[in-house]
Amino acid sequence: MIRVILPTYLQRLANVGREVQLEVDGDITFLELLDVIEEKYPMLKGTIRDHVTKERRAYLRFFSCGQDLSHLAPETLLPREVLIGKEPFRIVGAMSGG
Amino acid sequence: MSNVRVLVGTRKGAFIFTSDFRREKWDIKGPLFAGLEIYHIKGSSVDPQRIYASQASDWFGQVSHRSSDGGFSWETIGNKFDYEGKVGTHQDFSGDQIPWKFRRIWAFEPSPTEKDTVFAGAEDAALFKSTDGGMTWQELPGLREIHSNMWMPGAGGMGLHTILINPKNPDQMFVAISAAGVFRTNDGGQTWSGINHGLKSEYELPNPEAEVGHCVHSITMHPSNPNVLFMQKHWDVMRSDNAGDDWYEVSDNLPSDFGFPIAVHAHEPETIYVIPIKSDLEHYPPEGKLRVYRSRTGGYGWKELNEGLPQKDCYVNILRSALAVDTLDSCGVYFGTTGGQLYMSPDSGETWQTVAQNLPSVLSVEVQVLQ
Repeated sequence: MIRVILPTYLQRLANVGREVQLEVDGDITFLELLDVIEEKYPMLKGTIRDHVTKERRAYLRFFSCGQDLSHLAPETLLPREVLIGKEPFRIVGAMSGG
Repeated sequence: MSNVRVLVGTRKGAFIFTSDFRREKWDIKGPLFAGLEIYHIKGSSVDPQRIYASQASDWFGQVSHRSSDGGFSWETIGNKFDYEGKVGTHQDFSGDQIPWKFRRIWAFEPSPTEKDTVFAGAEDAALFKSTDGGMTWQELPGLREIHSNMWMPGAGGMGLHTILINPKNPDQMFVAISAAGVFRTNDGGQTWSGINHGLKSEYELPNPEAEVGHCVHSITMHPSNPNVLFMQKHWDVMRSDNAGDDWYEVSDNLPSDFGFPIAVHAHEPETIYVIPIKSDLEHYPPEGKLRVYRSRTGGYGWKELNEGLPQKDCYVNILRSALAVDTLDSCGVYFGTTGGQLYMSPDSGETWQTVAQNLPSVLSVEVQVLQ
């Protein structure tokens, strides 16, 4: 089970609380995690990453295990702590606005 | 008795103002989609309770919303705007060719005849159509076959910001793009032609009369006379009497012919409104006086309208989609400013009232009259 923490706006859009839990089988990559999120919450398609290019939105970041994982290749496996639900995978609206 | 509903898109959400036909007291609902940019919010003339809202940000991309009850409740609709076929390239500010990339929807235009048909104008510029109420979108790619490698962004991006549908012949549509120009289809969007003959952009283009590349800020028409089009270009107010085949200047005695929006009176096809801005650098009213200018002769002579508007120290801008009219017998005129004011005139512009003073920066204003 993977725990994902969503930014406030995406919580509203998906009509969920701060943390959602996703059942997955085995080890999965960043790309596969985003696929799972969008499959369960289709209203989030196009918000975390571009529909077509699959590029992460410029002002969103992926944090987990005390690290910024935003720039890792999409095919990178998620950290073990995320896969077992020990650490949440946080989708964060990056600091901006001066 | 009729009621009026004003739909306002701002940098920090949408607001809906309602009033009875007297337009003296206004109720405000909002902010809707709080904190997020609403580029455009517009209702359908076929079903006025159906309203579309375009929300876009660098955080969450494009999110599209639809209401079926006049804005009380909303659902998210399709936000996948995928360019058809070979994406192609357009000019960047550097002069380099860069691939088309979808960024946001600038404008929704519901069909005047089909409840579930709606058009969307995109940045990077393209026109999309939905026949299922916005759930899915298909590009009308013929538009980008018109010298689109020569199109380039204006300062606000390369947006298709204005969509006009001829109510007498919905297969005829006009779109305006900054900075590409005006384009017309006569077959529902399958094929297009550039209609920029007569535009002169001597400060913006190496060839001032180029076929494409003009920074057209806004166009409008009166529904009773769709052969006559009016344009606020970057500089110059323009007019066409043959559905865009030829344009000529009607700036006449305006204090500045730079500006963004243009609108036509609901009942007088030759009465038009602009809001002059000092220059392309100084995006505020000349002399710090906020004035609407009206021509009752289609651009041959303009009258200053200022009663009720600030006449000193006013340095706001009025963006291209932020001017609209209602269709009540005494035509109402509405506009919003980048300073967050919403002004309205219940008497075709003779006098003005402040409807709201402290909204976020206003991006768009649309008006519905409800029976």
